[in-house]
Parts: sequence; structure tokens; C-alpha cells
Amino acid sequence: MGTASTNPNVNYLTEFSGIKSWLFSLDHKRIGLMYMIAILFFFLVGGIMAMLIRLELFSPGPTLFSADTYNQVLTYHGAIMVFMVIVPGIPAILGNFFLPLQIGAADVAFPRLNLASWYVFMFGAILAFTTLFTTKIDTGWTFYTPYSIKTGTAVITIVLAAFIMGMSSILTGLNFIVTTHKLRAPGMSMFDMPLFVWSLYSTAIIQVIATPVLGITLLLLVAERVLGIGIFDPKLGGDPVLFQHFFWFYSHPAVYIMILPAMGIISELISAFSRKTIFGYKAIAFSSLGIAAVSFIVWGHHMFVSGQSEIAGVIFSFITMLVGVPTAIKMFNWLATLYKGSVSFESPMLYALGFLFLFAIGGVTGIMLATLGVDVHFHDTYFVVAHFHYVMVGGTLMAIMGGFYYWFPKMFGKMYNEGLARLTFVLIFIGFNVTFFPQFILGAMGMPRRYFDYIPAYESLNKISTIGSWMIAAGFFLALYVIIRGIISGPKAPANPWGAKTLEWQTSSPPPHFNFDKKPTVTGGPYDY
Amino acid sequence: MTTNHSATAHHHSHHFDSAQHEYESDKEGIWLFMVTEILMFGGLFVAYAIFHQIYPEMFAEGAKQLSWKMGFFNTLVLIASSLTMALGIYYNQINKSNKAFWNLIATLVLAGIFLVVKYFEYASKFETGFLPGKFLNPETVGATSQNLGMYFGLYFCMTGLHGLHVVIGMILISWLAYRTKRGDFNANYYTPVEGVGIFWHIVDLIWIFLFPLLYLVG
Repeated sequence: MGTASTNPNVNYLTEFSGIKSWLFSLDHKRIGLMYMIAILFFFLVGGIMAMLIRLELFSPGPTLFSADTYNQVLTYHGAIMVFMVIVPGIPAILGNFFLPLQIGAADVAFPRLNLASWYVFMFGAILAFTTLFTTKIDTGWTFYTPYSIKTGTAVITIVLAAFIMGMSSILTGLNFIVTTHKLRAPGMSMFDMPLFVWSLYSTAIIQVIATPVLGITLLLLVAERVLGIGIFDPKLGGDPVLFQHFFWFYSHPAVYIMILPAMGIISELISAFSRKTIFGYKAIAFSSLGIAAVSFIVWGHHMFVSGQSEIAGVIFSFITMLVGVPTAIKMFNWLATLYKGSVSFESPMLYALGFLFLFAIGGVTGIMLATLGVDVHFHDTYFVVAHFHYVMVGGTLMAIMGGFYYWFPKMFGKMYNEGLARLTFVLIFIGFNVTFFPQFILGAMGMPRRYFDYIPAYESLNKISTIGSWMIAAGFFLALYVIIRGIISGPKAPANPWGAKTLEWQTSSPPPHFNFDKKPTVTGGPYDY
Repeated sequence: MTTNHSATAHHHSHHFDSAQHEYESDKEGIWLFMVTEILMFGGLFVAYAIFHQIYPEMFAEGAKQLSWKMGFFNTLVLIASSLTMALGIYYNQINKSNKAFWNLIATLVLAGIFLVVKYFEYASKFETGFLPGKFLNPETVGATSQNLGMYFGLYFCMTGLHGLHVVIGMILISWLAYRTKRGDFNANYYTPVEGVGIFWHIVDLIWIFLFPLLYLVG
């Protein structure tokens, strides 16, 4: 083990030292870790907001703070989790770290641009956080007009911050596309790439194509507030629904920016822990592109009750159901991979199986919501809240956790405590279901989302939901402990602890500064078990 | 830490196989960036199209206030600047740095002329009260359309964002001119010149769409 490196004591973590060697590093691995530290912090802040929301909803009436404060906490929870955690999460941390490694490259195509993306992201994030100390916004993360035009809060600041973080997202996507096209190791065709790379590639296409539209939408919102140009303001002859069209033209594809890389991680985990070639490689690869393509023509399903035309509603409803096709292709291929594999249940695999379970629920309720008539009933209820948390948390966060544990030995060259890692899964998985499953029922009973208060009939289910949130929090804090303890005092990890076949496991743990001591040449597929 | 390809022209960064490999990758990156630029302006064009459909008379009234002669002159200026930009690339590619330098300077001058004309256009709009959005008072300018401010809001946003791109282009072209003078570029290495060239052509192209939509379509 570890024979790949000529000097096993020199790796990307130890070759250079000092704070400057991090802040000016062009190494994609270090930049990935810098993203990790930042995003973990944002996740903590967004998570605390979530806990506060659940605490407030523990009982009806004012429990913890006022209705206005509740609106602010809700807005920051959404905005932080979407723009600072889930959208950048997998691509910026694990993608940055493993995309070049998995294709046998020494770095991403544009290392300086990669570092610049980190600074742009941090600048945007800090700008967003300044609003916590000026006037806190209360528009919800969607910044819907006309309220976002009228409210006297720091909408301009946070909207510009989202614009700036969007630029970072675009640049990362651009970098990944070129890296995937141009820097694959000799002998690696597009269809020899690991499926995580395929998913990052599909994600990057969405990032590059959709994010500029969000950019101009947010700039127009700023222009609306500063100049009153009137295109979103009904008082001035404008159309507030146009804002929703523009916003969801980005933000629906953004949902797939959040979930596609998670699906890529699941492909890696299922194959590695079944010790079996992935079933239907090309089908999974193309379904990623399929999801990316369909994602651009379904945005109207966020607007079934906005007053858009009925025919538009019917068309969007139909196209939205098409998303289920490539998604189901992935699900069935993962299940087929498990079939007759020698499955083992290490913590990354537990998270992958948890993903399958939760994502199936999230996906099927998504099809329910795509049905026009059902959505009119469920629209803006807790049913929707439960649905997208099953997809975003049950899906993406499960995959992030699985991916973290899977690649942890490669990133830090250490092993973590497996028993505790499995315990984090148990806590998060059970806690998640306890928190969010009652919300499906609450939604079906008619409890509207985003409200600070509710009628007594909803109380018991809300209490269960809040108690579940404590379990999730305990699970994540335990995971943080597992990771920190692993980094500090974990036993040394071998180059390939899981016996996986993709290229990142062929170099030492942690990898040397330029990833591979000798440029790898690829002769077989990524899942030749 | 890593080798800097800009300092040593014919070398390439460590993670590429060859200078040609790096060149192709850089060029793909530039084109992808252009995709994002076009999509960003795309949002404005969609807004234009929608409200032009809803308020054709208001748009006609707004377009009448613009000087198509100045707009047309600026269109010619930008097309000429695209030619000099292309020549700047061409002469760098055939090792004629001096000619390349002067063509880049000509591009800068033309871009400057564009901005000066734009300044006079903006100034006259400001003087006569054709301000964007809520700052336009329909009574003082004698407008029949109550929401004429929307037209000028779109006009200033679209031409303003385009003007910002012209300014960024000028900064980049100045940098190219400096590096051309220093002798950084030759037949083997001219990626930055070509990259900025592509950017500049796209900026021109966007104006070629802005001009008829804002000045001519009534």
C-alpha cells in the first residue's frame, strides 16, 4: 500500500506549509478543502436557523421569537442552505478534489480561475452575511416580487451577494467542463469516466447555462428597486409573474445542480460496496445529461397557481413527469447493481442505501406534485416542504455524508472511527424521517408552509417533527466529531481502503501535490471488479 | 508554485501535455464564458420582447426619442473596431508585433469613440428628462405613455450593461497592447489576444442586436 508515492511522507498537505500556502494555493485539492471549511461553517449557520425554526414551531403561538424574526430566520435558512451549501456543496468540495483525480489529471484546466472562484464565492458569502448586521431580509429565499421591491430591508445587498456567488458557480462549472473535455488521462474516453465525473459534467452544463439567467434576473430586481423600471412592478405596468418565470428558469435547473452530483456519488458508492460493475453505465451517464436537458423546460411547475395560463400549466405538468424517466433509470440501475453483488455495509454504503430510500420517497412525491390537480391542493403546504427536504436533505445531504466518509481516507490519509460513523447514519436517517415524514401529513391536512403559527390541530405532528430535528442535529455534530477526530488521531489509511477501481484510489493517500507520480494510462473501465 | 505560462510564452502549465493542448483548452473556456454572456443578455432581450409585445406604442414613443444617426454611427465604429481587433490577432499570429500593437491601439481608439458618442446620447437624455424608470416624469417630457419610464429603464440597463462590457474590453485590450509591445506574443503563443478578441466580437455582436431593437424598431 502507498507504493505509488516515491516518498510517502510528502503529499499535498505536507509539501507546503503556512497560511499563505493555502490562501494562494492553485492546487485543486487544497481549494476543495478551503471550500469544505467555508461550506461546513455555512451549513452550521443554516442548520442553527433550521433548529430555531423547528423550535418556534414546537407549539402554536409565539414560542421563541416574534413573527417578524421568524420570517427572517426562515429566509436566511433557505438562502444560506441553497446558495451557500447545497448548490456549491458537492461540486466545489468533492468535485474540486476528485474530478481531476478520477480522470487522472494533475489539476483542473484553469487552476487560477479555480482559486479566483473560491475568493468570489467567499466575497459573495460575506456580503450576504453583512445583512445580518444591517437590516435582515424577510423575503424568503426566492425574493419574489412585488414584496421584494417594497420591503425596506437589505434586498439589494443579498441579491448582489447571490449574483456574485452565481459567478463563482459559473466559473467552477466552466472549469469542470473544460477539464472533463481536455484533461482525461491517455486512454480514457468519455465512456471510461467514473459516473461521478459524468454527473459533475452534467451539473456544470446547467451551472454555465442557467446561472447567467439568474444573474440578470437579480440585476433587474436591483434595477427595479433603485430605478423603478417597472418590469416586475404591476403598479408601473410590469408583471411580477415574469420575475417568477425568470427566477425558476434558473432555480429549477438549480435543483438538479443540487441533486445530480449527489446521484454521481451514489453511483460510485453502490458499485464500490457491491464490488460489482455498475449496471447500465451508459444509461446512467446519459440519464444525467437527460435530467440536465429536461431541467430547463419544467420551471413552470413552481407556478401552477401563479396565474400562468392553464395550457402552460398542463404542458409543464406533463414535461415535469418526464423528469421521472431518467431518474427512475438511475434508481433501477443502482438496484440492479446491488443484485448479486457482494454488498458490505460500511458507513458510506449505509448513506447510499439511505439515499435510495429517501430519494425514492422524495421522487415519488415529486411526481404527485407534478400532477396539476394535486399540486393546486398541496401548493404552499408542508407537503411541498417535506417533498423537497426529502430530495435535498434526504438525497443530497445523505450523498454528501456518504461521499465524505468514502473519500475521507483519500483526502486526509487517515481513517475515521467506523462504529461512530455508522451511528451518525442511524441518528441522521431516523431523525430525518421523524422530522419530515409528519410534514407530509401536515401538508395533506392543509398546514400552509412559511407560517409562523398554526392551529392546535397541527400541534402533535409539529412536536414530533421538532423532536426529530434534534436527532438530526445530534447526528451532524457527532459526524463533525468523527471527522475532526479522524483527521487528528485516526490511524493511517492505505491507498485503497475500499478496494475501489476508480483512478483516485491508484495514487497514495493523501495524494502527492501533482496527484500522480506517474501519469496514469487507462486500459479498463472505471468499475472493472 | 506552478509555472506561469504568461511569463514564458512557449512553455505550458504543468497539467497540460503541450502548448497546443493548453491553447485548445483555453479557447474552449473562452467560448463557454461567451455562452454565459449571451445568456445573461438573453434575459434582457426576453424582457424587451415581452414588454414590446404588451406596449408597442410606448416602445415606439421611446424609440423616437433616440438618435438613430448616433446609434448607426456607433454601429459602424464597433464594426470597424472588430476589424482592427481581428487584425491585431492576425499580426500577432504572423510575428508582426508592431502592426499588431497599432491595430490594438486603433481598437482602443474606436472603443473610446463609441463611449464618447454614448456619453453625448446619455447626456442629452438626462437633460431632456428621459430618465430610467421612476425618474422619468411623463408630464415634464410630454409623454403620452404613462409608463415610458420602462422603455428608458430597459434602454439604460441594456446599453449600460453593454457599455460596461466595452469598458472591460478596453481594459483587456490595453493589457494586450502592453504585452504585445513587450513581445509576449508570437506565432506560437497568442491565446490571450484571441480570447479577448472573441470577447470583443461578442460585445460588438450584442450591440448589433441592441441597435435595431432600441433605435429602429418602432
